[in-house]
Amino acid sequence: MDISRTLFDLGRLDRLAYKKSPIHRLDPRAKLLVTLIFLITVLSFNRYAITGLIPFFFYPAVLVTMADLPPGYLAKKLLLAAPFAILVGAANPCFEPAPLVSLGPVSLSAGWISFASIILRFTLTVSAALILIATTGFHGVCVALRRIGTPGPMTVQLLLAYRYLFILVEEGARMVRARSLRTFARRGEGLTPYASLLGHLLLRTIARARRIHQAMLARGFSGELHGSAPLRFTTRDAAYLGGWITILIFFRLVNLPLLLGNWLTAG
Amino acid sequence: MSHHLVELHDLSYSYPDGTKALREVSFTITHGESVALVGANGAGKSTLLMHLNGVLLPQSGAVRIGEAPITRSTLPEIRRSVGMVFQNPDDQLFMPTVYEDVAFGPLNLGLPAEEVQRRVTEALARVGATPLAARPSHHLSGGEKRNVAIATVLAMRPDILVMDEPSSNLDPLARRRLIELLLSFKHSKIIATHDLDLVLDVCKRTIVMHRGKITADGPTGEIFRNEELLRCSHLDKPLTMQACPVCGKRPQGADS
Repeated sequence: MDISRTLFDLGRLDRLAYKKSPIHRLDPRAKLLVTLIFLITVLSFNRYAITGLIPFFFYPAVLVTMADLPPGYLAKKLLLAAPFAILVGAANPCFEPAPLVSLGPVSLSAGWISFASIILRFTLTVSAALILIATTGFHGVCVALRRIGTPGPMTVQLLLAYRYLFILVEEGARMVRARSLRTFARRGEGLTPYASLLGHLLLRTIARARRIHQAMLARGFSGELHGSAPLRFTTRDAAYLGGWITILIFFRLVNLPLLLGNWLTAG
Repeated sequence: MSHHLVELHDLSYSYPDGTKALREVSFTITHGESVALVGANGAGKSTLLMHLNGVLLPQSGAVRIGEAPITRSTLPEIRRSVGMVFQNPDDQLFMPTVYEDVAFGPLNLGLPAEEVQRRVTEALARVGATPLAARPSHHLSGGEKRNVAIATVLAMRPDILVMDEPSSNLDPLARRRLIELLLSFKHSKIIATHDLDLVLDVCKRTIVMHRGKITADGPTGEIFRNEELLRCSHLDKPLTMQACPVCGKRPQGADS
């Protein structure tokens, strides 16, 4: 995969945050808290939960629509991270072969159910995180984290890591290109030059970190990044937060698909 | 207030690996002076610049900025009065947006919000970067990054501007605009560079360094006419002082 194109895509996620939708205008703290509560409720289900998770797709669907985000682009980002989730759950069907559910002649083992549950949870949580960045921007998220009490050094680290991710990837891509221009007939592609390349990247990064720190000190840095725009938590933000908390807790306590199924089969 | 703004007295510095980067360097720069620091790669220019705002502290000798010698306790005041523009703007621009990057220094100085805003607007306007305020700095062009890097320093209202290779990596037009910008500044300036034509336009005085020592210090025109000195210091006459490659005509006042 072309590394610089991936990078460009990351920039696009950040630029989505410049849109002006009702969701984008909300206080970053409200969006951050709703996302956190969403994550907690989704992750608190037991490992075989499937039906209970389905209603939670309501949340990304509403936000993508209201914030006018491109669903195809978010889906692609999701697929990019999917191998991790698949790796985590892939062995489950082998470990838990005992049948748990039978649908007529087909019986599903506990392993397959938990695997499906992992994939569902992955889809929900990662899309919630992507939506948060796409509506708030990475910087907004960091400001919100700081304001709700995350220690300063941690948010500074996060912000700087994100800022220099672009530079690091560019630098790495340049080195890889320089190597490939002097590689012939696969000679020079082995692990030894790769290790040396990585080592160089590390040394350069350390040297750059030192220069950045000097540049920060030169402008009076003393450990805290001061935000320039003051945040205002309005009734709209409170309503957004309260509304979602109610809906999410309701989804968590009441298994809607099960209820619906019972009602249909009873009737 | 002292008339001498920057004073170096017998400054020496060796890196931990034993390389002697500076050997007994002394000079004095007065208010409003514009001084070029030229010399080969590795002559010690960058090491010297790092002593001017206390990134490096003298191993022997002394550095005085205004009234105060550089020590740990005078560092905050010295860093406000000496504005340093780094060679690579990517090292200097680390905040999410241009506006916040320019506001970084003034906010750290503890200024009230309206004053910060006034300074940021003013500094961005000064370098012609007002339309860039809301953009993330990693999406800017090289010339734009350089201008914003200069604005981040201007916003702290320094007395002295210290610049490391300000014209490197700029296209010719961006370089020309940079020269005009530099000429419009009333600050004292210390510019380390290989761009001798820029020196000719901007700096009346030139200091030549070679292997950690000062080999010449005087009026720019005089130094650039000394071909022997230039050759020994790995330098070359500025193009505008060389004979025209088409007609062979020599510029006025260039004959040595």
